[in-house]
Amino acid sequence: MKLLNCPHIGIRPASEFSYGGEAIAGPDPTTCDDNAWADYVFNVNGEPGIRLEWWHHGPSGIWFVLERDTQTDAVVQVLDSKDAIGG
Amino acid sequence: MPFRLVKQALRKNKPDSSFFKTPTDLQSSYDVVIIGAGGHGLACAYYLARDHGIKNVAVLEQGYIGGGNTGRNTTIVRSNYLTPEGVRFYDESVRLFQDLSKDLDLNLFYSTRGHFTLAHSDSAMRTMRWRAEVNKHYDIESELWGRDDIARAVPFMDLDCGGQHPVLGALYHAPGAVARHDAVAWGYGRGASNRGVEIHQKTKVCGIRIIGNQVEGVDTDRGFIACKKVVSCVAGSTPRITDMVRLRTPVEIRPLQACVSEPLKPFLDTIIVSGSLHVYVSQSSRGELVMGASVDRAPLHSTRSTFDFVEDLADKMLDLFPFLGGVKIVRQWAGMADMTPDFAPIMGTTPIYGFYLDAGWGTWGFKATPVSGKTMAYTIANDDDHELIKPFRLSRFSEYALVGEKGAASVGH
Repeated sequence: MKLLNCPHIGIRPASEFSYGGEAIAGPDPTTCDDNAWADYVFNVNGEPGIRLEWWHHGPSGIWFVLERDTQTDAVVQVLDSKDAIGG
Repeated sequence: MPFRLVKQALRKNKPDSSFFKTPTDLQSSYDVVIIGAGGHGLACAYYLARDHGIKNVAVLEQGYIGGGNTGRNTTIVRSNYLTPEGVRFYDESVRLFQDLSKDLDLNLFYSTRGHFTLAHSDSAMRTMRWRAEVNKHYDIESELWGRDDIARAVPFMDLDCGGQHPVLGALYHAPGAVARHDAVAWGYGRGASNRGVEIHQKTKVCGIRIIGNQVEGVDTDRGFIACKKVVSCVAGSTPRITDMVRLRTPVEIRPLQACVSEPLKPFLDTIIVSGSLHVYVSQSSRGELVMGASVDRAPLHSTRSTFDFVEDLADKMLDLFPFLGGVKIVRQWAGMADMTPDFAPIMGTTPIYGFYLDAGWGTWGFKATPVSGKTMAYTIANDDDHELIKPFRLSRFSEYALVGEKGAASVGH
C-alpha cells in the first residue's frame, strides 16, 4: 500500500488523501481582469516535473501542500499551506 | 498443411503484408505536419487527403502507430452524452463508425451491443432521465429502463449489488458498441498512406518554430521540417507540445487504467457501466472481460499500473457479478489521459496562427476518432473551426463558456 506522510498526523495510507489541484498564488480578485482570473482558475502547468499541489486528508479534514514530481510520483517534501504559498 | 498456405509460401511476389509504406527520409517541408500517429492523428491525415486533397502531409510519431491511448482504451463507442453539443458531436462519430469498415476496407469488428449506464441512487436516476430526454431530442436511441427489464437483458448481474448499492434503473443506449481499436488506427493509416501521406514512426518532435505569431516549422530528432500548419494530436503528451509553443491550457494528465480477465464462455453481450461504482465492463470476442474504472486520483505522466486499481475494481466487479470470484486478471495497463475541467475536448484553432490543437480527450477519445479526424481536417483545410467543434474551442475557458459534460463522461469509457 502506498503511504503518504501527513505533516499533522504522520504516515497514513495514500487512499485517505485526495488531490486538490495545483498550488499557485492567485491574482488579486478585486483588481485583476477576467482573462487573468480565468488563467488562474483553469490553466495549469501540466507538463511533467516538480510542482506544488494541494492535498486533502479526508479523515482529519486538513489541507496541506505537497511538492511532488508528476513524472515519477515521488514526493519531494510536505509543506504546511502557510509556508508553501504564504496563505 | 492447407494447400493455400503452401501456394502462398511458393509465390515469388508475396502480397504486401505491411499496411503502410515506410518512408525513409523526411522531406524538407510539408503542407501539414501532424504530431501523433494515434487514431486521431491518422484519421485527420486520412480526411485531409481524401476530402480536402491535402496530401503533402507528414504524421510524426515518437513511438509506433496506435501505441498510445488508441491501443489502451476499452474500445467503447456511444453517443449518450448530456449536453447538446456533446450529443451532436458523438452522434456524428457513431454514424461514421458504423460505415467505417466499408470505408476503410478493413474489418473493424464493429459490434453493436447495447450500453447500460446503471443508476444506484435517486440523483443518478434523475441524471439518466435528463440524458435520455436530451438524447431523444436529438433523435438518439436512449431510454430509461427499470430493474425488471435490466434483469431480463443481463440475467447474470446481481441487481442488488450484494445489498450495498441496489440498481434502481439504467439508461439504455441501443447503438452502444465496441470495435477493434488497433484496426481503426491501421485502417486510417493505410488509407492515408495510400493517398500519399507519409507516416514517420520513431520520430520525436523536439520543438516548434514560431516567427511572429505564425508556425514556420518543426524540429525533430531527425532534423528540421518547414511547414505552416502543425496539428497536435498527442493526448497524454499534450502539455509537452503546448509548452513548446508557450500556450497555456487547462489540460492535466492522469493515468487511466484498465485490465482484462482470462477468457470466459460468453455470458455478457452488452456493455455495463456504473457511474456510482466507477466501473465498466464488456466481454470481448475472445471472451475476455475488458474492465476499467475512473482516472487515478492525481496527475502523473506515466503508464504504470497499480495494484490498488485492480483491488478496487475487483471489489466493484464482484458486487455486480459475484460468480467472477475465481476468475483471474491476465493483463493490466494504463494510458495517459489528458483531462479537462469540463470533461470535453479542446479542438481547433489556437491564438498561434498555424498551430491546431486536438486535445483534452481524457477518457472519451476513442469513440470520437472518426469525427475528430473529419472536423480537424476541415478546420485545418479551411483555417476555420468546424461547426461541430466550435463549443470545444480553447478560448471557451477565458470566455467562461464551459461545456459541462461531467455527468456523462466522468467514468472513463
